[in-house]
Amino acid sequence: MSDNKPVIRTDAPAPEGYEGEGFFATKLSSVIGMARKFSLWPLPFATSCCGIEFMATLNPTYDASRFGMERNSFSPRQADMLMVCGTISKKLGPVLKEVYTQMAEPKWVVAVGACASSGGIFDTYSVLQGIDKIIPVDVYVPGCPPRPEQIIEGVMQVQALVESESIRRRDMPEYQKLLDSYNISN
Amino acid sequence: MTNEFVLEAITREFPESVISSSEPYGMLTIEVKKEDLKKIVHYLRDSSLEFNFLTDICGIHYPEFPEKEIGVVYHLHNMMANFRLRLKIFMSRENIEVDSLVELYAGANWMERETFDFYGIKFKGHPDLRAILNMEDLGYHPMLKEYRLEDGTRTDKDDNMFGR
Repeated sequence: MSDNKPVIRTDAPAPEGYEGEGFFATKLSSVIGMARKFSLWPLPFATSCCGIEFMATLNPTYDASRFGMERNSFSPRQADMLMVCGTISKKLGPVLKEVYTQMAEPKWVVAVGACASSGGIFDTYSVLQGIDKIIPVDVYVPGCPPRPEQIIEGVMQVQALVESESIRRRDMPEYQKLLDSYNISN
Repeated sequence: MTNEFVLEAITREFPESVISSSEPYGMLTIEVKKEDLKKIVHYLRDSSLEFNFLTDICGIHYPEFPEKEIGVVYHLHNMMANFRLRLKIFMSRENIEVDSLVELYAGANWMERETFDFYGIKFKGHPDLRAILNMEDLGYHPMLKEYRLEDGTRTDKDDNMFGR
């Protein structure tokens, strides 16, 4: 019998701002960031064992829905967090890149597990040695395969990124340069 | 059907073609001349030996034997008698070509494509000889032993961790 009751926190800190009688003024990007943070729609790109762990993460035991990840989108156009779970072979690389380019901005990428992060144990001619060879990655989750807790930790890292990201970030020349270094046209 | 019986039948039919034979783990293995392979398999399929199923075709590479560097291994199966047979052919690197078996067994199509993909062995008469598993622009045959096992694009590997 587990004795941990679900705790509903109503005292989460509000974004920085000016509070008065009946109003609250803050930066638009904070509000947008907060909204995005709790409604990340993942696109599960699950190829192998990490994919199974990710499915376990979505199960009631770990309940990824708590993070607003309720809807797993298998359409790249309605997703904003690409979760690459598993080995990506070089033959699949172009497919993954196409999925990434079809996602609408803003988008974040999580490389779940050793294979997606660096090719893992598959140091061979056929396996892509880390998806960051073809698409930019925001968060790497270590483990082979990572437990659901680790995947959730990775998602929370993404949430921290999303919350603090300026809504202008994607228009910055640095971001454009990053995409150009991957030959991805926006 | 016994190993002796099948070996006898093949040597009687093709006395010039059989180079050697052995029985590793009880499975009859015959090395034959490359030129006669298709003839032999045709005979095995259509004669009373009735090897009606081609289990597998695969390549093999022995860099230390220049005369017999590249090999192809054929596994045949007589399903009625549940009898299995292994045929081997060998060739040097200069002339990597052998007759295709697609006309005899339709299943040979993909097996030969795989063998070509990984070893570069060309099958004469194959209707559509192109890569099947590897990406089209890989540019080499990765199971040949002159290539490194590891991928050269790995940047995070520390040799000290691997005892090298």
